[in-house]
Amino acid sequence: MIAVLVETDADGVLVVSQEALTFGRGLAERAGGVPLHAVAVGRPGEEPPAVVLAQLGEQGVASVHHVVDDRLTAYSAAAWAAALVDVAHSAGAAVVLAAGTPRGNEVLAHTATRLDVAMAANVVGIDAVGADPGDPLIVTRQVVGGAVLEQMQLGDTVAVLSVAGHAVEPAAAATATTPEVVEFSPTMTDADLVARVVRTGEKVPDASGALTSARVVVGAGRGAGSADGFKDVVRLSELLGGAVGVSRVVTSLGWRPHHEQVGQTGSRISPDLYIACGISGAIQHWAGCSSAKTILAVNTDPDAPMVTRAHYAVIGDLHEIVPAINDELDARRT
Amino acid sequence: MTDVLVCIKRVPGASGEVLLSDDGQRVDARHVGWTLSAHEECAIELATQVAGATGGTATVLTVGSADAIEQLRDALALGCDRAVLVEAETDRFGPVDVAAAIAEVVRAHEAAGTSYGLVLLGNDAADTGDFQVPVRLAYALARPVVTGIATCTVEGDLVVAHGDGPDGPETFELPVPAVVAVMEGGVAPRYPSVMGRMKAKKVAIEQVAAEIEPVGSGRVRLTLPPEQPSQVQVLGQGADAAPAVVDLLEELGMVSR
Ligand SMILES: Cc1cc2nc3c(=O)[nH]c(=O)nc-3n(C[C@H](O)[C@H](O)[C@H](O)COP(=O)(O)OP(=O)(O)OC[C@H]3O[C@@H](n4cnc5c(N)ncnc54)[C@H](O)[C@@H]3O)c2cc1C
Ligand SMILES: Nc1ncnc2c1ncn2[C@@H]1O[C@H](COP(=O)(O)O)[C@@H](O)[C@H]1O
Repeated sequence: MIAVLVETDADGVLVVSQEALTFGRGLAERAGGVPLHAVAVGRPGEEPPAVVLAQLGEQGVASVHHVVDDRLTAYSAAAWAAALVDVAHSAGAAVVLAAGTPRGNEVLAHTATRLDVAMAANVVGIDAVGADPGDPLIVTRQVVGGAVLEQMQLGDTVAVLSVAGHAVEPAAAATATTPEVVEFSPTMTDADLVARVVRTGEKVPDASGALTSARVVVGAGRGAGSADGFKDVVRLSELLGGAVGVSRVVTSLGWRPHHEQVGQTGSRISPDLYIACGISGAIQHWAGCSSAKTILAVNTDPDAPMVTRAHYAVIGDLHEIVPAINDELDARRT
Repeated sequence: MTDVLVCIKRVPGASGEVLLSDDGQRVDARHVGWTLSAHEECAIELATQVAGATGGTATVLTVGSADAIEQLRDALALGCDRAVLVEAETDRFGPVDVAAAIAEVVRAHEAAGTSYGLVLLGNDAADTGDFQVPVRLAYALARPVVTGIATCTVEGDLVVAHGDGPDGPETFELPVPAVVAVMEGGVAPRYPSVMGRMKAKKVAIEQVAAEIEPVGSGRVRLTLPPEQPSQVQVLGQGADAAPAVVDLLEELGMVSR
């Protein structure tokens, strides 16, 4: 059996967890059609929401292990891991996986430690599934922020892995299932509840929400030169009704706030248009903007990775080019 | 008073072309040099803040080759008081091995009179990105752990840690001693002062050998992802390209007329 930890919100199963399910199903098929199970933490006294069950059924999930326990109302990685370990033992999991979210990676690290097995983070592909149970699983995962791929062998009784974002597109199974729901309460100790959330604050929807939902993002990097160098870029984003996104150099230097950062450790954006000004396009930045439909790079260096990977480019100084674009927009408007 | 241990790793620099060794076993940092990752720079900043606020010490530790002394000196220049190099051939070390090597030092220092109330690490290493050393270390030491933390303070017998959860900002309160993995973004790492650099040169670095039989990382080989051929259409040079850009914006339906 392959167990996938799924994370949910008010809209159902998170897209990244759907990706993990699709990934898990691919692995299950390659292993000769082993069953796909989901593990979800629920609220005591409540059934899994219909939308969640429908989405799991679409992914071909045979069974949902629905974790219900008052002690799990506040998140604790150790407690979630206790639940995964219980499922792995009781239902006989050969592989335990989750989306490579902060929570996914945290819970899996606890799980692998408790099972005393290796874990592969940020897996993008499967290279070999042994013919016999106990044969090593060989995976490819992203390292060095995606600049390098590592082939890694998971040789243990249970393989634990997290799936990198965008490793696969979520896709429905050929035949949908009606997942059987198995409610259970994991075996836990007090120690498993020590590191749990004691308070959750108001979510600030605007912090990076505006950036991740914008149709147009105007980005700027070190090429902006200083905190004052963003005036024209901000103006362009206003003229286009978009949001400002920046590179990490910019937030590290304190030129712009962290919630504007695009990239591996910032927001992942997928606007219709990304205008990247004075950004070199390092792999860690690219990780956050590669889903943009169209990319226009403005850069002094025609060989910058951002330029060679973009759809369109203008070569030159952003401090000359961006104001000229703004003027042209103003001129055409009147 | 809280004595803090902060664990850092020497990793290849991020900008520039990453190369691999011929056997595909390691990154060749010839063009990119070596550095510390951003998560760990923030962990160092938090370590010095907690040590300063509680009147304790901040000790920086790395498991690696003697070359990593460069990164230990950088951390000393940023305000750490002491440094430990756990010398080891880390090429074949996996997260289990690194955690075991760190745990050994924590226990040895405790036996010698320094108990670390807080151990800080980065959330994930910039090169291997295993997301595991902090958690495996916590289990090895039987201490509570949280990851993905932006800021933390020590208040009496509690480590109060804040991070960004899926439903909003989250607070954790862990009893001391605890392990915390730091994600960048909560504090601004400082720049080393000239004074700091001078002081750092004078600190004697404790060097110990890792006494463990590594279980390994499971690495088969490293490869570089295939580079996509460029499809870029250059619209022009300098300010003269503005009309072509606005034509494109109109074509994409980005401007209302
Ligand atoms: C673990 C890890 C995580 C990371 N996460 C992120 C992340 O989330 N987001 C992120 O962005 N980075 C991240 N980085 C950092 C990343 O590797 C790069 O260092 C960073 O993206 C570079 O920022 P930049 O492009 O602004 O600066 P640079 O690389 O210095 O590039 C500046 C560019 O501007 C051009 N330029 C200069 N002057 C002008 C001008 N006047 N007009 C036009 N162009 C000009 C130059 O030709 C160059 O291409 C991460 C690194 C690591 C190790
Ligand atoms: N060789 C090492 N020496 C000291 N600390 C390390 C080492 N490797 C990893 N760490 C710490 O553990 C964190 C997570 O690493 P990882 O689990 O490998 O992604 C890093 O950010 C470091 O703080």
